[in-house]
Amino acid sequence: MDKVNTDIPTKVNWEEVRAQFPVLRQKVNGKPLVYLDNGASSQMPQSAIDRIDAYHSHEHANVHRGIHSLSQHATDAYEATREKVRKLINARYLEEIIYTTGTTDSINLVASSYGRKYFREGDEILVSEMEHHANIVPWQLIAEQTGARLKVIQMNEHGELIMDSFYQQLSEKTKMVAVVHVSNALGTINPIEEIINAAHEKGAKVLIDGAQAVPHSVVDVQELNADFYAFSAHKMCGPTGFGILYGKKEILEEMPPYRGGGDMIDKVTFEKTTWNDLPFKFEAGTPPIAAGVGFGAGIDFLNSVGMDNIAAREQELVDYATGKLSKIDGLTIVGTAEHKASVISFLLDGIHPTDAGTILDKEGIAVRTGHHCAQPVMEHFKIPGTLRASISFYNNEDDIDRLVEAIEYTKEFFG
Amino acid sequence: MDIQEVQDRIIREFGLFEDWTEKYKHIIKLGSKLDTLPEEDHTESNLVKGCQSQVWLTADLEGDKVIFKADSDAAITKGLVALMVTFYSGQSPDTIIGTNPEFINKIGMAQHLSPTRANGLASMVKQMKIYAMAFKAKLAT
Repeated sequence: MDKVNTDIPTKVNWEEVRAQFPVLRQKVNGKPLVYLDNGASSQMPQSAIDRIDAYHSHEHANVHRGIHSLSQHATDAYEATREKVRKLINARYLEEIIYTTGTTDSINLVASSYGRKYFREGDEILVSEMEHHANIVPWQLIAEQTGARLKVIQMNEHGELIMDSFYQQLSEKTKMVAVVHVSNALGTINPIEEIINAAHEKGAKVLIDGAQAVPHSVVDVQELNADFYAFSAHKMCGPTGFGILYGKKEILEEMPPYRGGGDMIDKVTFEKTTWNDLPFKFEAGTPPIAAGVGFGAGIDFLNSVGMDNIAAREQELVDYATGKLSKIDGLTIVGTAEHKASVISFLLDGIHPTDAGTILDKEGIAVRTGHHCAQPVMEHFKIPGTLRASISFYNNEDDIDRLVEAIEYTKEFFG
Repeated sequence: MDIQEVQDRIIREFGLFEDWTEKYKHIIKLGSKLDTLPEEDHTESNLVKGCQSQVWLTADLEGDKVIFKADSDAAITKGLVALMVTFYSGQSPDTIIGTNPEFINKIGMAQHLSPTRANGLASMVKQMKIYAMAFKAKLAT
């Protein structure tokens, strides 16, 4: 991710791309909306909205069950997304793509299924200080059940992982390293290739939380060689309630089911039940079919713009915003890692982030305020929370200028 | 003062403001004038759970009236907290239990009292009523 191509191809008309997002064409509190909360949830292009609408209007039936045409059609549409995801992240096999309800669910699946089978008393799980709660709590739960221990990779004052801290704690006892690719609270891009290789040398498996990485860059799971990679549809032009767990086939095959129910079985008797093959072993019950179909359209849209182009454009916008925000008196950027993507967290002197967020909202600016579900990060910097502007390719320089003006106004307001 | 009179007074006071800027500035001013809690009362046990801004609340019984004191680390929340203290403090437990802060709607601040709002104000009102119930039980013994 740190080798982003910064030559912006002239072929993309970014204003035309932006025009595909109907939600952006509205006023909030009487002001044109500036949406800078993409890290929490991105918006959907018209094509994905239309696809979900068409599915509900003409194609809806349950999947994987019916012999009737509608069910077959729904199954085809739903399963087509799996191939799109496989291609997007360059997984080797289709059955390595597990549908979940989101990154949180994906991580819980691994912690619960892999952890229950393999973690023993005295084993260690290595997470980092900058993890989202979703990549801390599932490990704590399984640690409690298995007697494994959670260890924490520290970070420095820029919000970068201290690699010495990682190497000092990595040992033969380490069974799992669970690290975020791009920090949702700080924007830091972590050196996950190095982490993955070092962990493998010690025989540990690695899970990468890619929720903030896949939407903004080209991710190749084979090249990374991660054992597990998790992300969400709703942060990348898709709907909520849908996400992906990538896992290496040979590992997934050895893992027990996570939830029981329909679709995940091979044969059920009261004496013994055998499991369906991958990926269905992990997909019990009727899934969010419309969301899966809509996510497919979201991926098509991202591909039509080009992930390379998206990464380069977002880097350009992040650089523009960082430059502008750095010039504001009394504004401190929290998280100044050398390699950063899409997220800018900041504080205003003497103004609580919640207060600032309230005034920014009145000015039509949507940013996130608070601890961003990463309380240990806030604890590290001894702050109650931050304001976070998270940028997507459909934002533009004008959005950043409006943010800057609104921040100046906020300062005056509380001045 | 009768709690309905307090309510009417707050509504009249906010009726003077033309736009949100004036209203919010007034709320912040109310917060800055609030007789705040001393630092030693900023304890975990006085903390009202809210996701983003923090609210601390204490309650004492003076005669048959409940006296609330509160504080917040955020200016707008603190102003809203001040309004709630003005409204409920000095009232009897029964009055507190039986009266909802309807003025919040009337002054156009309803969104801040929504239970899904992360500022702790809804939890604060709930906590004030719990204190009132406890004092009511105490007075009855």
